[in-house]
Formats: sequence, C-alpha cells, structure tokens
Amino acid sequence: MNIHEYQAKELFEKFGVPTPKGRVAGTPEEAKAAAAEIGSNIVVKAQVHAGGRGKGTFKNGFQGGVHLVQTADEAADIAGKMIGQVLVTHQTGEEGKLVNKIMVADAVDIEKEYYLAILMDRESRSPVIVASTEGGVNIEEVAAETPERIFHQAVHPLLGLQAYEVRKLSAKLGFGGDQAKQFGKLLSALYRLFIECDCSMVEINPLVTTPDGRVLALDAKFDFDDNALYRHPEIAALHDPTEEDPREVEAAKYHLNYIGLDGNIACLVNGAGLAMATMDIIKHCGGEPANFLDVGGGATQEQVTNAFKIILGDPKVKAILVNIFGGIMDCDVIAKGIVAACKEVDLNIPLVVRLEGNNVEAGKRTLAESDVALISADTLADAAEKAVAAIAA
Amino acid sequence: MSILVDENTKILVQGITGSFGGRHAQLSLDYGTKLVAGVTPGKGGQKFADQVPIFDTVAEAVAETGATVSAIFVPPPFAGDAILEAVDAGCDLVVAITEGIPVIDMMRVRAAMQGKKTRLIGPNCPGIVTPGLGKDSHGGCRIGIAPGYIHKRGKVGVVSRSGTLTYEAVWQLTNLGLGQSTCVGIGGDPINGTTHLDVLKMFNDDPETEAIIMIGEIGGSNEEAAAAWAKKNCKKPIAAFIAGATAPPGRRMGHAGAIVSGGKGTAAAKIEALRDAGIEVAKNPSDMGQALVRAMG
Repeated sequence: MNIHEYQAKELFEKFGVPTPKGRVAGTPEEAKAAAAEIGSNIVVKAQVHAGGRGKGTFKNGFQGGVHLVQTADEAADIAGKMIGQVLVTHQTGEEGKLVNKIMVADAVDIEKEYYLAILMDRESRSPVIVASTEGGVNIEEVAAETPERIFHQAVHPLLGLQAYEVRKLSAKLGFGGDQAKQFGKLLSALYRLFIECDCSMVEINPLVTTPDGRVLALDAKFDFDDNALYRHPEIAALHDPTEEDPREVEAAKYHLNYIGLDGNIACLVNGAGLAMATMDIIKHCGGEPANFLDVGGGATQEQVTNAFKIILGDPKVKAILVNIFGGIMDCDVIAKGIVAACKEVDLNIPLVVRLEGNNVEAGKRTLAESDVALISADTLADAAEKAVAAIAA
Repeated sequence: MSILVDENTKILVQGITGSFGGRHAQLSLDYGTKLVAGVTPGKGGQKFADQVPIFDTVAEAVAETGATVSAIFVPPPFAGDAILEAVDAGCDLVVAITEGIPVIDMMRVRAAMQGKKTRLIGPNCPGIVTPGLGKDSHGGCRIGIAPGYIHKRGKVGVVSRSGTLTYEAVWQLTNLGLGQSTCVGIGGDPINGTTHLDVLKMFNDDPETEAIIMIGEIGGSNEEAAAAWAKKNCKKPIAAFIAGATAPPGRRMGHAGAIVSGGKGTAAAKIEALRDAGIEVAKNPSDMGQALVRAMG
C-alpha cells in the first residue's frame, strides 16, 4: 500500500524524522492559511501517488504539479489551478490522476542532495539501508552508472540498527560534526518507523543539507506490507481508494485478487501462479490478457458472479477465459457459479471454460445442461487457443 | 526413497480445530497419511475425528506421539509463534501453509531458526506430497492442501512456488504416466524457509528421483540461484516453467513475493538463466509435462 506525501510527512513528524514545515490543503483558502503560517519561499505540491509531478501537465493546460511561490495569495492561486484537476506525468499514464489535495511547505534552500532508503531485502532476509551521495535523481540510474556512490548496510533482524552501522554510513556520505549527529538521529528514527509500521520500503529522495547546516528529509515514498495492515489500523486508514483502479477497489470488496491490464481477453482463475500462467498462455497464443484475476482456493458462487461483473465492466473485454484446476475445490460448485453468473449478467461475449480436477465430470455436465452458450476446452492450451480464435472470428 | 517425508513419517497439525486445518487434516487421514497428533492451545485432551489426540502444546504432542513433522494451519497473527514452537519442540520439518504472515515476522522467525536443526517449508505454500503406492496414490504422506489423487508414485521430483500451477504440472505428469518421488511447494512469500536451490540439492542426492521439474515465477532471484548451481552440479535432467512473463512491473501478482521491482525478478531474466544452465524451459504452462519428457531425452 502507498500513501500520499503529506501523510508520509505526518508519519515523519510522529517518529521524529526532520522535514521542512508543511501542511495539507483541500481548498485554495486552506492553502492560503497554510502558506501564511510559513511566510515566504513556499512550495505548492499536487498530492497524487505518482512521480514526475514537477514536469507533469494538467489536463486544463496548467503546467507543472510543483510550484514555488512567495506569498499566501500566490499559493491560493496555484492551489486553485491544481485542486480538482487531472495531472498527467510520465508515471500516471495518459488518463492522469485527479488532484484532490495539495501540500504547502517551506521551500528550504538546498546545499547538497543525498539519497536514503530502507527496504526489506528478500535475499539477505533482513532490512537493508541504501544511501547515496547522489540524491534528487533516479537511483536506478546512479546504480547503473556510478555504483560506487551507493552504499548498502544490512541490519540484523533481531539486533536492530547498531550505532556503528550508522557511523559507517555517515562517514561514507561524508557527514561530519553536528551534521553526522543529525544524520544519526534521523536514520535511527527512520529505522524505528520502518520496523514499527511494517514498511516494505521507505525512501527519502532527496535527503538534503541546508546552508544553515540542517539535515532534512525533503520527500518521502512509502510502501507498507499489506499482510501487516491488520495490526496498523491507523496506517490502513491512510489508504486512498481514489488513487486505484476502481475495478481493483471493487474486486477487493469480494476478496478477489484482480489487476487490470490492457488486453481484451479476460481471465478468471483459481490460484495466483495458475492465474499468471493463464495470462502467459493467452499471450503465447497471440492474444492479450485483460486482467489478472485469482478467485482464491475456496471461491463461492457469489464470488464467481461478482468476478464476472467486474470483468464485464471493462469495455475492452471481448472474450472470457475461465481456467479452474479444482484440486480440493469442487468443479461442480464453480460450474454452478458460472451458470448463475451468466444468467445474472446477461453475457453477450464468447466464454471459454476449462475445468479440471475434483468432480470435473459433474461440473462439465452442469455446464452442458445449462442454456449458457459457452465454448468448453480440455486443456490450458486448448482453452487459450479457443479464446483467441473466438475474438478473431 | 523420497525427500523430506515418506509414507512412514508421523505428522502433527497445529491449528487442527480450525475449519481450514480440520478439513485438510481429514483429507490427509483419508489419503492414508500418518497424522498422529493435533495441537490447539486450550483443547488438549480432545480428539480430532474420534481418533487423533489433540494436545495443548507441540512439545507434549511430540513427546507422546513421536511426530517429527508439523503442518501449520494457524492464522497469520499467530503463525510466527506457532513455527517457533514447533522448532523449540525439536521437529525435523515444519510446513507452514498459512498465507498472509507479515514479512517482518518471517524475517525474525528465520533469524531465530539459525543454528537449529529444523527445516521450514513455506509459508504460503500448498505443502508436500510423497505419493503412496495405492490407488490414486493412496497411502502416501500428504502435508498441506494439495489434492492427493492427482499424484502417482514415481521418479520425478517437483518443486514450485505456486499451488494450483503445481497441481497443473503434477496432473500433466501423471497423465503422461510419469509418477513423482516428492512434490514440494516452497510458497509464494518473499521470505520463506526453503528455496528452489535447497530442494534441487535434495532431489539431486535422492536415489529415487531421476528427473526434476522446477516451477518458478517472477520476483526475487531464487530461480537464478538454482540454475547457476544446477549448471555445475546437477546430475539429473531438469525442466522448468516461469509464470508471469506478461505481468506488469511493480504490481504484486497475488503472491506477496511475485513482483518485478527495480527491473529485477523478471521472467525473461529467469528463463535466460535456466536456459543457460541447460534446463529445458516449457514454452507455456500446457507444455510443462512435455518439457520434462524432452529433458529426459
């Protein structure tokens, strides 16, 4: 799960990670009040879950999702041009993202930019701190071009962050004196936040030093472990469903694992691995998958019906491929779910069904005896070929 | 022989009184698996299905019944504790079926298991099956949630990160007349107990296993590590399949560990590593069984 920049800032403040002063605003009036508190040198930033905001363009023609202003009136003016408008950046896709809120913050003078992140590293099975003297730029490019400027420090899962590990990184980044102390405090607070909030990643890009000697986190990007949200209701509450594909939000209500894609053959599968493999075989046969959809191991008739509704809500979908390997799950239950769903949603595009496994004969009989017009398939390859052919016809 | 478990292995189930755990414990009993104990704190003294004694602690269950393997069906908030209890009780093997355990919990569990004799399989996995010799492979050791009847006793070792995709592969093998020595689901989480490489080494050393099928998916570099080792060390033919070639980067595809991030963990990179190691890569998921036939020559 991701959160907005202003929410990240609030978390930083709670854990004692120093950031410039700033406030969120949902109207030009709120922006004006927030800016008046800061004084001059104010940055106004559109709040969407996407990078490249500064270079983005609003659909109303307004240029840039990040602006520097000097007065509260100017801040209100800019806020008025952003709020309620759709911002398109290189990360949002053509459809862009609706800006509901903006952040008004103190635009601090920057002396030097750094990069600092903590992520859960699956290879070492521990948190790893990644730091670089090259901040404010794409860290993957730094890694590719000047890997010697990126420093890694794995932290022992049971010991936690050690003082020497902080000193080592501080020295590599070239911090001395009071700034080394500030960096140490910042990193310790960030590590505590990472662990206590069950983050899978927290990234500060850039971390900056200012001409008056401060060390500050200027931006923040979070990713939380979805599996741990049950024990962090305050973080789960930061979830902004307007940032997500509405089909995915709808699917989540029924505990369906759905991810929208760009193709035209929808698939409905049980199990994540098999669902990925089904997408792959559609592509292999010359088609394009419209989605990833895992109905889970114990899908009910209601879930199958809702899955059909979500799939058919996508106007791009021209055919449906159902692929079920009923290991323990009864194929007949799925078959009945399909028949019920087709009646309820008034299906008018080709439906290819491949059932295999437990009680498959009864399932096939249920489908054959129904008046649902479907194309039945015996193997995964057969199903994919038939789905692709159904669209071509 | 087989790996990890055989038809004589005595297992216990933690979380046997839950609906999910109970259902699959019953299916294991029906399969002929030596399920000798259940553990649910507070329900010690009761019996499961009128025959399997339930204990309050794993230590008691192990002492009373001689179980050496624990299957974990405990809900995510308590699963880390359950794994550590089985480790403390001296189980040789712990198979964690539970899906949705926080990554930080697993990170700590793995660190706490350093130096212990217990091997962990999973979490978020379908479990292990060593098929039996009876009808529909009855009489084997079924730990977890896989359908027993799709298996057939034989000489192919199966290792996979997925559930239903593994059943698909096993079913293709069985229909080709190719039985399995042991099928191991290592699970779809980013931090797990046993890797493809670990299982590959075991199959390589197992005299009964003559060929291996390895099923991977996007995310991490587990498959690449296994391929690099196999290139130099594996004496047996291997076929493989990687799911997720069409998955968009940056999105988790159902499994917590199935994500391409920062350009790492792509299907293309994995397939290249596998081919470089001389492994026969299935063209598509319908081709997994045939790929093994080609690998065996």
